[in-house]
Amino acid sequence: MKVLVAVKRVVDYNVKVRAKADGSDVDLNNVKMSINPFCEIAVEEAVRLKEAGVATEVVAVSIGEKNCQEQIRTALALGADRGIQVEVAGKVEPLVVAKLLKAVVDKEQPQLVILGKQSIDGDNNQTGQMLGALANMGQGTFASEVVVEGDKVNVTREIDGGLQTVSLKLPAIVTTDLRLNEPRYASLPNIMKAKKKPLDVFTPEDLGVAVTSHLTQVKVAPPAARQAGIKVADVQELVDKLKNEAKVIS
Amino acid sequence: MSTLVIAEHDNSSLKTSTLNTVAAAQAIGGDIDILVAGADCGAVSTAAAAIPGIGKVLVADNAAYAHQLAENVSLLIAEVAAGYDNILAPATPNCKNFLPRVAALLDVAQISDVTAVESGDTFQRPIYAGNVIATVQSADAKKVITVRTTAYDAAPATGGSATVEALSAVHDAGISSFVNEEVAVSERPELTSAAVVISGGRGMQNGENFKLLEGIADKLGAAIGASRAAVDAGFVPNDMQVGQTGKIVAPDLYIAVGISGAIQHLAGMKDSKVIVAINKDEDAPIFQVADYGLVADLFDALPEFESSI
Ligand SMILES: Cc1cc2nc3c(=O)[nH]c(=O)nc-3n(C[C@H](O)[C@H](O)[C@H](O)COP(=O)(O)OP(=O)(O)OC[C@H]3O[C@@H](n4cnc5c(N)ncnc54)[C@H](O)[C@@H]3O)c2cc1C
Ligand SMILES: Nc1ncnc2c1ncn2[C@@H]1O[C@H](COP(=O)(O)O)[C@@H](O)[C@H]1O
Repeated sequence: MKVLVAVKRVVDYNVKVRAKADGSDVDLNNVKMSINPFCEIAVEEAVRLKEAGVATEVVAVSIGEKNCQEQIRTALALGADRGIQVEVAGKVEPLVVAKLLKAVVDKEQPQLVILGKQSIDGDNNQTGQMLGALANMGQGTFASEVVVEGDKVNVTREIDGGLQTVSLKLPAIVTTDLRLNEPRYASLPNIMKAKKKPLDVFTPEDLGVAVTSHLTQVKVAPPAARQAGIKVADVQELVDKLKNEAKVIS
Repeated sequence: MSTLVIAEHDNSSLKTSTLNTVAAAQAIGGDIDILVAGADCGAVSTAAAAIPGIGKVLVADNAAYAHQLAENVSLLIAEVAAGYDNILAPATPNCKNFLPRVAALLDVAQISDVTAVESGDTFQRPIYAGNVIATVQSADAKKVITVRTTAYDAAPATGGSATVEALSAVHDAGISSFVNEEVAVSERPELTSAAVVISGGRGMQNGENFKLLEGIADKLGAAIGASRAAVDAGFVPNDMQVGQTGKIVAPDLYIAVGISGAIQHLAGMKDSKVIVAINKDEDAPIFQVADYGLVADLFDALPEFESSI
């Protein structure tokens, strides 16, 4: 079976992002960009399915400007077989990403689509679920285990209070949580090999999808700052402060 | 203006997060109804009807909604949504699972994790792990929103008498089914609504040592949380993770023990009223957000703390 993996180019998770002074947007000048960590987990899961003989082909797709090809190459270096870039300028909203992915799904007919549960820039947590609705597929979100059995996939999900397992008819959508797997590092030979793997580029017009905008970012601002705290000398002082100054314990 | 609030519940009790969401709906203004989708969930609709200021409670009580499978519930909500301007649900794992499906069915955007309402179409929400607050304006006629529950005090739970109306629509998409659930029942308050939270990180070394936090939690009536590192290492279950991609908490008192203070962790707790950090590394970033920092070995500090409170 074919597995489609959606990978997003985002600011590296180690970067502490700030708002620009004029509040127009965040300052992403000269910051390190990476593959969204949840997408890395998605690629790893797809590659493991292939190594286990369950999947036959892994296709990595990214939607964005030309430089998102770097993240597609990362996915190829981790073991994906080929890449698809949908060339779109600027920010694309999850609903539009979902529509573009739906068009790719129609073209590629994968049995499983694996996405991250959340992109760490916009913190949306929407795209996989939206794709599920548009493609009328079952979804296993926040997955910590994925088991393909015949024409079904069992997905164990991280929920409030513990874990839930659902069974989905294939084709289906999975979104990854942190405990699904630990992604491997790409080896140098694999990075070299990835450069030669096929990567097709499409435009939204090619896919028949209109890039619409539903939300306007009016401004961005830093969060309310916390007042500087103090260091206490010992446990007794801590307890005293909590009782008598902060009055949060009695 | 009319708003439909989707109730968060477990078929037997209404969760506080519903009350936080009602408060956000009140901030938008206009008429507010509540939708309860579940199975054998009569007690939940009774509780929802008691919330003051609610027009009616719509109840879809059917086996198809027992586990709130996103594929089924989203069809129901998208249908009921026809009569409303806004669809609000708490940003809990359960509602995050189905609400984006509703938005896609309605062909509108979802605005996730709203923390403030500026006007009927303009909202604030944190992005980049809460390092930035974005103000976004929606051009959609229908607004689909998840509410960050810590941003709104719970609306009162009793005093109201809304009418309860049963919905007969049954939507079973037939593409997914529930297999099983392993849910731990805890005597402790819920992490997201507890007044006091004490969390342990990698510094706790193992799950057994979380007992050191339990004694304190018992005395303070606290919920227990954890960092990702503690969850990944298997010290504690996944639903205890506090942070950007875990639970968001904002208690009166948050005590971080053996947690370094990575941005992803801070994203989940830095709106707590009072923050205490216990860490043996005086340069740990957690001290930058702590009101009271104690540089100490947690294995010395915790037993002494427990006996002093
Ligand atoms: C996509 C993504 C999402 C993430 N989401 C989250 C999230 O939601 N929540 C989250 O928490 N993290 C999250 N993380 C992980 C985050 O980046 C950090 O790795 C994690 O928070 C570190 O956990 P920690 O502070 O327990 O461990 P460490 O960073 O290893 O810190 C352990 C601390 O314990 C102290 N310590 C050790 N021994 C003792 C002792 N005896 N006494 C006192 N102090 C001691 C050390 O000084 C150190 O400061 C995410 C990361 C990524 C990439
Ligand atoms: N521009 C994009 N290109 C490819 N995949 C994306 C894109 N945006 C979102 N996704 C996928 O959707 C997941 C969830 O993103 P979000 O809904 O934005 O939080 C990501 O982890 C990706 O797998």
